[in-house]
Amino acid sequence: MKRKLSLFAIPYVVWMALFVVAPVFLVVLYAFSSKTGGFTLDNFARMGTYAVVFGRSFRLALIATGICLAIGYPVSYMMSKEGPRFQRIAMVLIMLPMWMNFLLRTYSWMAILENNGLLNQLFQKIGLIDLWNHVFGTNLTFFPMMNTQGAVVLGMVYNYLPFMILPIYSVIIKLDPSLLEAARDLGADSVNVFRRVILPLSLPGVLSGITMVFVPSVSTFAISTMLGGGTRILLGDLIEQQFTGGAYNPYLGAAIALVMMAIVVLCMWVMNHFGEGEEQAVML
Amino acid sequence: MKRGASVFNRAVMSLVFLFLYAPIFLLIIFSFNAGNSNMVWKGFSLQWYEQLFHNRLIMQSVYTTLLVSFLATLIATAAGTFAAIGFYAMRRRWRSPLMTVNNIPMMNADIVTGVSLCLLFVAFFGLWGNFAGWFNSLGLFQLPTRLSMGFGTMLIAHVTFNIPYVILSIGPKLRQMDKSLIDAAQDLGCTWMQAFWKVVLPEIKPGIISGALTAFTMSIDDFVISYFTAGSSASTLSVTIYGMTKRKVNPQINAVSTLLFVSVLLLLAAVNIREARQERLAAQRRQS
Repeated sequence: MKRKLSLFAIPYVVWMALFVVAPVFLVVLYAFSSKTGGFTLDNFARMGTYAVVFGRSFRLALIATGICLAIGYPVSYMMSKEGPRFQRIAMVLIMLPMWMNFLLRTYSWMAILENNGLLNQLFQKIGLIDLWNHVFGTNLTFFPMMNTQGAVVLGMVYNYLPFMILPIYSVIIKLDPSLLEAARDLGADSVNVFRRVILPLSLPGVLSGITMVFVPSVSTFAISTMLGGGTRILLGDLIEQQFTGGAYNPYLGAAIALVMMAIVVLCMWVMNHFGEGEEQAVML
Repeated sequence: MKRGASVFNRAVMSLVFLFLYAPIFLLIIFSFNAGNSNMVWKGFSLQWYEQLFHNRLIMQSVYTTLLVSFLATLIATAAGTFAAIGFYAMRRRWRSPLMTVNNIPMMNADIVTGVSLCLLFVAFFGLWGNFAGWFNSLGLFQLPTRLSMGFGTMLIAHVTFNIPYVILSIGPKLRQMDKSLIDAAQDLGCTWMQAFWKVVLPEIKPGIISGALTAFTMSIDDFVISYFTAGSSASTLSVTIYGMTKRKVNPQINAVSTLLFVSVLLLLAAVNIREARQERLAAQRRQS
């Protein structure tokens, strides 16, 4: 009976071979091919000219991940201290924005950050801009926020913050309370309980949160186009241009996509590496 | 001291929620704006909703989005259920590598999945062009030589990224299932097909439903993969919105957002009410 049931997987295995394995294989193939079809490493060599884009993408994604962690960890921790009813509602409230298309949410920030947008109107009303001009001797009528790298980071944080909160929260909430009691009984103060018990045990959640924020941040192209003005491009924009823009060059695009895949594999490896160790720690 | 900390916690969380929701509420408020701006309030009006419903492009893409999400969910749920059962019954030696492959679309950045499928389709169309040219020269009947990406390719892409989520939500239910149930059913005279329909399927039904819901939301929400696999003939709502935001501020987008937000709220409320009712029923059953 059981062995017969395993035949059920055959259609999907074929599907995976066609639409999961073959595309990955094609990416590798294109990345190492020239326009005439021969083997080449030229696509990777050409990436040197885009070193600035690589640097910028990693920097912005790392900053966004850092901010998400700095906000997400305390918030998850605070949430876990609340009553079950509050936690349930808070979870729904955190997940709800994720069901609304991220383009719409990013689009909303365009109106907020514009030069004559809502934030600048607010700053004008409360006299912040006048104060700034007074203190720094500048002559601003608005704070330029739109089309800056800061706006792109803000867009990333805004869109991916739930991805940081959810895994951390779900790990913290599962911590065995008797471990914390034991630590306290053995003389640890609350700082030490947090530093030596809660923090190391919540590390798997932190790592998966970092992956879930970093990977989409480093590969985004919509957020940087909408909030960054499309002039300072990121890796995602670079790939997109190779496939849809005037600079049609799928070979270079595939090579960059391959690098991105390598990043994902690296993240996964780190996560599995630490994740397993932590699981054993929980079992011990 | 304790109380003070709690108030502080609540304040911090409120700030985070404000950060998450302020942009959404601004969109909703300005969807009722009489003026053509997202920054200056010029009075209440429903004109953007009216224009929205007369906008052929948006209505067409809403229809495309719903159709592709519905079909992809249907196919992915059916295929994913069978695949999950197949994986469950498999020897570990076979299952682990297959599960790794299964995880690829979930782990990869969306743009990589989209681009790789785009490459596949373009490569296939190239081969197909050669084949059709050769076939047509035989003179039996004519095949179209030039294929292009459109609804079909997008549907394939959606099914591909949906199936892993279905498998992920069914797998645990299968492992929780009491294995002797199947044996018992067969001992009592079921064929293995009947055992599957009457025992296995009802056991994993909650997993199938939650898998289908996940798949549907992933499909509705997707932008990047659709963007790379839809070509120019088909356009989902998110692809259309992306095109619109690149040009200029258009309050019709606000109206779309409001409608989407309200539908998500309604859907969520419906799911929650259903869950609560099931929990109550289960509690009653346990008591009696």
